Amino acid sequence: MSATKLPTSMGGARLPAGEAPATHTPRPPSPPGPELAIASSGLTKRFRGGQLAVDHVDLAVPRGSVYGFLGPNGSGKTTTIRMLLGLAFPTSGSAQVLGVDMPAGAVRVLSRVGSLVEGPAFYPYLSGWDNLARYDAADGSVAARTAKARIGTALDRVGLTAAAKKKFRNYSLGMKQRLAIAAALLTPRDLIVLDEPTNGLDPQGTREVRALVRQIAADGITVFVSSHLLAEIEQVSTHVGVMRTGKLVFQGELAALRRTAAPRIAVRTPDPTAAAEVLRKLGLPDPAIGDEAVTAELGDVQPESVTAELVKAGVRVRGLTVESASLEDLFVGLTGEGFDVER
Amino acid sequence: MSNANNLETPRPAPPQPPTPVSPPAPVSPPPSAPVSTSASTSAPTTTSPNQEISPVGRHFTMRFLRNELRITFFRRRNQLLLLVVALFPLLIGIGLKAAAPHGGGGGSGPGSGSAAFFNQLAGNGVFLTFIALSLLLILVLPVVVAILAGDSIAGEAGYGTLRYLLTVPAGRTRLLLVKYATIVAWCVAAVFIVSVTALVVGSILFPVGPVTLLSGTTVSLADGLVRVLWVTLYICAAMAAIGAIGLAISTFTEHAIGAIAAVMILVVASEVIDNIPQFATVAPYLPTHWWNSFDSLLRTPIDTTTMWHGLLSFLVYAALFVSIAWARFTSSDVTS
Repeated sequence: MSATKLPTSMGGARLPAGEAPATHTPRPPSPPGPELAIASSGLTKRFRGGQLAVDHVDLAVPRGSVYGFLGPNGSGKTTTIRMLLGLAFPTSGSAQVLGVDMPAGAVRVLSRVGSLVEGPAFYPYLSGWDNLARYDAADGSVAARTAKARIGTALDRVGLTAAAKKKFRNYSLGMKQRLAIAAALLTPRDLIVLDEPTNGLDPQGTREVRALVRQIAADGITVFVSSHLLAEIEQVSTHVGVMRTGKLVFQGELAALRRTAAPRIAVRTPDPTAAAEVLRKLGLPDPAIGDEAVTAELGDVQPESVTAELVKAGVRVRGLTVESASLEDLFVGLTGEGFDVER
Repeated sequence: MSNANNLETPRPAPPQPPTPVSPPAPVSPPPSAPVSTSASTSAPTTTSPNQEISPVGRHFTMRFLRNELRITFFRRRNQLLLLVVALFPLLIGIGLKAAAPHGGGGGSGPGSGSAAFFNQLAGNGVFLTFIALSLLLILVLPVVVAILAGDSIAGEAGYGTLRYLLTVPAGRTRLLLVKYATIVAWCVAAVFIVSVTALVVGSILFPVGPVTLLSGTTVSLADGLVRVLWVTLYICAAMAAIGAIGLAISTFTEHAIGAIAAVMILVVASEVIDNIPQFATVAPYLPTHWWNSFDSLLRTPIDTTTMWHGLLSFLVYAALFVSIAWARFTSSDVTS
């Protein structure tokens, strides 16, 4: 049984799972091959109108990571993803997916890549089952005789077994999204690309997608997930890349991004000048003196030693807090405040 | 779809058409590869099971085609279209039966166009086939073909399913081939439905027997039916050429309706120009010019020259527009 199973809360209409067909065998956690699941260098896309949608992006997505691809709407995320998936041709630069050049190697490599790009897209006049059968039949790398097992497993995984015969046009928004995820997981994958997977979902749906991402990652599959909301993916990502007006302005481990948010200490005191002197003696740079308060970057200094020194110096302390800039603040700092204002 | 490639920099080569043998990837044996241990122990293996099965073989293309055919012919809209096509011979048959002069005037000598067929009909129900085909050829059959062909790529783009088919990956060339094969199958189905229903209706409403041809000679019923078959196949070829034009136009837009309308405008324009004597010099190069040339099959001896001209014209149009579709589809961005 695959570990990639949605929590039961997602499958409102789930039937008893029964025995999962052996189409989705457990896999070793870290597949051999290139260290980077996605690598690009100087990837650039200029639209016909002259607009630079993606500007020299050098992506490095390590194998086995959950890579959060962040940026406001219109920052070039989807265009980048379209180039990675061979849907759009780069103006210049190159990209490799699972070590294979794109878009030249698209047919060769994409059967190992599951994707959800800009929302679900299915044939409204076909049932959920027939829709998956359609995509399955289009895949030249899989055999027909195992199709039923594949489709059944995929539908079961997202809790759509009961709605399999229903026409897609009668699906709810959440069901459509789940069917798209089922399609992305039809065959065993090495990489899953999810473009705004939580768009249009309610908070519960968002949580379910997060749980799913965690489970996919637990199988050792690299996940590349884009979002314009940091909060949606910061809990699941190991790595992040931040886009701003077509440029990759940050890339690295999430922890590294967190470290750039240096914590500050804030002392509430009626003697701000004396407090600032103490902080300066402790080696905190440039304490900012405010109205009955002093703040400074904490650095390596322990907050408790600050307390002790303040008391020793006879500074009257009313309150002392350590404040970390939230990732959200950092994100906004990287990408700018408004959406689309710079375009 | 819109082609958003920059003109300043060279465009990357279009994706290679799928070939039965794909070269081994330089890197990356896939994860689920217990086989690789036996393949090589010292050096990292350069082949992978995924690459062994991923080449798009004929077998798997047939599976894709079967699925496409099933979706096409089971789609309610398409079934209704074929039903409407089948109703026309019935209506024409009933109308002509009601208007037919009593006593019949079979074998009234050579004629041209469907007018000649009308004279023959009262004498032989087989002629309802030729009447129905030549009448439906003007507008109904091209519409039915244009709907499917114009929808083929543009419809997928409109639904957004095109991006998912390509990331499955279906392969651009392979998808195009499957689409065109389905269009051809659709043309054959539509034309044969006209022929068969016309034959059935004709044999019910009118006498059936040895067939008197337009040249005045009489051939056996079996010979007549063989000629019906040839005429039907000839029109299938004509429709397949229009289907190729529709496929090509379909790769330039994500609005199926626009592609369908464009094909129809093209057909009607071609028919109009074909009927203006001043354009006689370009007439033979029009896509619709040879459509009615099948009437030489209804004379003895059969004058095959015009038919070969017609078939050559259809072949050139099909090849040209499938090539245009391929060039466009394998080099443009999918933005839907």
